[in-house]
Amino acid sequence: MDDFIAARSQMALSLGFHIIFSCIGMVMPFFMAVSHYKWLKTNDEVYKNLTKAWSKGVAIFFATGAVSGTMLSFELGLLWPKFMDHAGPIFGMPFSLEGTAFFIEAIALGFFLYGWNKLNKWFHWFTGMVVGVSGLASGILVVAANAWMNSPAGFDFVNGQYLNIDPIQAMFNKAWFSQALHMCLAAFTATGFAVAGVHALMILRNRNAYFHLKAFKIAAVFACIAALLQPLSGDISAKDVAKRQPAKLAAMEALYKTEKPAPLLIGGIVNEKDKTVTGAIEIPGALSFLAHGDFKAEVKGLDQIPENEHPPVAITHYAFQVMVGIGTLLLLISLIYFFILFKKKPLTEKRWLLKLFVFAIPLGYLALEAGWVVTEVGRQPWIIYGIMHTKDAVTPMPGIAYSFYIFSAIYVSLSIIVTFLLYRQIKMVPVLYNQDESKGNQNR
Amino acid sequence: MKEVVITFLCMAILLYFLLGGADFGAGIIELFTSTKNRSRTRKTMYHAIGPVWEANHMWLIIAIVILFVGFPFIYTTMSVYLHIPLAIMLIGIIARGTAFVFRHYDAVKDDMQWLYNRIFRYSSFVTALFLGIIAGSLISGHIDAQATDFYTAYIAGWLNWFSVAVGFFTVSLCGFLAAIYLIGETTEAYDKRRFIEKAKFMNVAAVVFGAMVFIAAQRDQIPLIDWVFKSNVGLSSIILASISLVLLWYLLIKGKTKVLRILAGFQVTMILLAISYAHFPNFIRLKSGDAISLLETAGPEKTIYGLGLALLLGSILILPFLGYLFYKFQKKEE
Repeated sequence: MDDFIAARSQMALSLGFHIIFSCIGMVMPFFMAVSHYKWLKTNDEVYKNLTKAWSKGVAIFFATGAVSGTMLSFELGLLWPKFMDHAGPIFGMPFSLEGTAFFIEAIALGFFLYGWNKLNKWFHWFTGMVVGVSGLASGILVVAANAWMNSPAGFDFVNGQYLNIDPIQAMFNKAWFSQALHMCLAAFTATGFAVAGVHALMILRNRNAYFHLKAFKIAAVFACIAALLQPLSGDISAKDVAKRQPAKLAAMEALYKTEKPAPLLIGGIVNEKDKTVTGAIEIPGALSFLAHGDFKAEVKGLDQIPENEHPPVAITHYAFQVMVGIGTLLLLISLIYFFILFKKKPLTEKRWLLKLFVFAIPLGYLALEAGWVVTEVGRQPWIIYGIMHTKDAVTPMPGIAYSFYIFSAIYVSLSIIVTFLLYRQIKMVPVLYNQDESKGNQNR
Repeated sequence: MKEVVITFLCMAILLYFLLGGADFGAGIIELFTSTKNRSRTRKTMYHAIGPVWEANHMWLIIAIVILFVGFPFIYTTMSVYLHIPLAIMLIGIIARGTAFVFRHYDAVKDDMQWLYNRIFRYSSFVTALFLGIIAGSLISGHIDAQATDFYTAYIAGWLNWFSVAVGFFTVSLCGFLAAIYLIGETTEAYDKRRFIEKAKFMNVAAVVFGAMVFIAAQRDQIPLIDWVFKSNVGLSSIILASISLVLLWYLLIKGKTKVLRILAGFQVTMILLAISYAHFPNFIRLKSGDAISLLETAGPEKTIYGLGLALLLGSILILPFLGYLFYKFQKKEE
C-alpha cells in the first residue's frame, strides 16, 4: 500500500471511528438529563433506573471517544506534519477552547457517574447537564476547525508564506456555522434513532416494556425533531458549498458539465473515465434551485475546474446520495411518529412503527459517516482548500501502511468489544431492574 | 503572553506526570501484586481513581494542544522523528483507558475480566515506559533531523540506552506515586501495609533506575551530571529531593498518609526540575548540536495571545471544579 493512501486511510478510519463515539457521548447526556429530571420531579423509580442504565452506556462511549480523540490530536502530527506546521497556529483557537470544554466535560462526568447519593440531587442533575453542554460545545469547536480546512480564513497567503495570522477570524470562517449546525443535528438524529431503535426492539420482544417505552419516548422525540430540522440545515449547507467550493458541489451531484438550469441527479452510476452518469433519475432545474435558490440559475460543473483539482467524483456522489436518501427516510419516519403521537394512539399497538425504528438503528450513523465522506473526500485534492495539497502534507516516514494495519485491527476490535458490552448491558436490564421496577409500580 | 503559555505548558506536563503517572502506576502496582491480593488492589484503585482518571488524562490533551497551536515546529519535529514511540504510547493509552472502563462496566462479570485485567496491567506498564522514552529522547540529543536512512531517522532517536533508562525510571516513579496515593485511599490496615510495602519497593526501584539513567547518560555522552550538579537550581532541587526522600521514608514507617502525597509529588517535581532546568527553554536537543527552543519557535503573536487567553479563561472554569471533584471523592482519614 502506498504511504499516502495508507495515511489517508488511517486518518479516515480514526475519524470515522471517533465521530460515532463522540456523537453518542455528546447526545446521550441530554437524554439522561431529561430522564433524570423526570425522576427528580415524579419520583418514578423507572426514570432513575433508566438514567443509571444510560449513564453506563455513556461511560463506555465517553472513554472510547476520549481515547480516540487523544489519538487524533497526535495523529494530525504523526500523519500530516507539514499541514500542522502551518495550520496549527491558524486554526488552533477552537482547539484551545475545545481543550477547556473537554476538560470540563470529563470533570462533570466524574461527578455525575460517581455522585449518586453523594451530592445534592439538583447539583448532581446539573453536572449531568454540564456533561451534555460542554460535549456539544466541544463538537461545535472541532467542527469549526474542520470548517477552516474547507474555508480557510484568518491569514494572507503570499508567495507560499502564511502572513498576518488572525486565529479568531480563522475560527469564525465562512463554513463554521453551516457545518456545525448540520453536524449537531446529525448527531442528535443518529444517536436518537439508534437509541430509540434499541429500546423499540426490547418493547417488541416484550422485555420490561414499561422501562423501554419510557426510554424510547425520550430518545424518539429528540431524534424526530432533529430529523425534521435537518433538511433546512442541509439547504444552508448546499448553498454555502455552492458558493465556496463549486468543485465539491459538482462532485456531489456528478455534474461534469456546467448547466443552466442544472438538473438534480438521484442515484446513477458514475463513470469517472468517460465523465458520464448513467441510470440516474433527473429532476430538471432542481440542482439550480438547491444551490442558488433559483430554478434557472447556472451551476458550475467540473469542466470549469482544472482536472488536477477534481475530487474523486464517484465516491462523493454515492456518499451524498446515501446521506440524502437516508435523511429523507428518517424525515418520513419522524412525520409518521408525530402524526401518531398527535392522534394519541398507544405506541405498543403500532408494532409496525416500532419495527420501522428498529430498522433505523444503524441508518443515522450511516448517513452521518456518508456526510463526512462528502465533506472530506469532496475537499480533495486539498487539505487546506485552495492553499495546500493533501499529498504535500503527508509525513516523510515510510511504512505508514503497517501503522494503518495495526490501528485498523485496534479499531475493529474496540468496535466489537463495545458492541458486545452494550449487548450485555441491555441483556442484563431485566436482572438489574426488575425488582426496582415492581417496587416503583407500587409506590405510584 | 508567551510566558503565560509556557507556564501552562510546563504545568500541564508536570500535572500529567503526577496525576496521569499515578494512574499508570496503579496499573503497574496491580501488575506487581500477587494474584491473591489483586482483587483487593483493584477495588481500592477503582474507588480511588475511578472518578478522577478521565480528568487526569486531560492534562495530556492540554499539553499537546498548547504544543501544536503555539509551538508547531516542536510538535511536528516530535511527530516525525518520534513517530514510532508516540504510536506505541497511543496504543497503550487506548488499550488501558478502554480496558479500565470495560472491566467495570461489563454487566456480566465472567472470563472477559481476565482479558480486561491483562490488557490494563500490561498497557499501563508500556504506556509509562514509552512516555519516559519519549521524554528521554527529547533531551538525549539523538534525534537526527538530517538523517537519510530509516534507522537513524526513526529508530536511533529513541532506541538508545539513555532514553530506555529514563523509560524504566518513569515506570518506577509512576508506581511509586500510585502506591503513595493508594495508601491514603484505603481504610483496611492490611491493604495499607501492602501499599506501604509497594511504595518502598517502587522507591528502591526508582533509586536504582535513577542511577542507571546517570550511567546510561555517561555511556551516550549526555552531560546529565553537568546539567544537574553544575547549576544552582539543579543542585538545590536534587538536595531538596534527597531531603524529602529521607522524610518520606520516616513518614512511611510512621504511616502518615496525607502528608506523604504532598512529599511524593514534591519529590517528583524536584527530579523533573533538576533534569529539565539546565536546558530550558530548549525543548528538543538535536544530534547536530542545535536545540529547538520554546521561546524561539513560538507561533505568531496573535495566536499566542489567543491561546494564553483561552488557557487563563479555561483555568478559571476548570481549576475550582476540578479541585471540588478531588475534594468530594477523597477518602476521609480515620
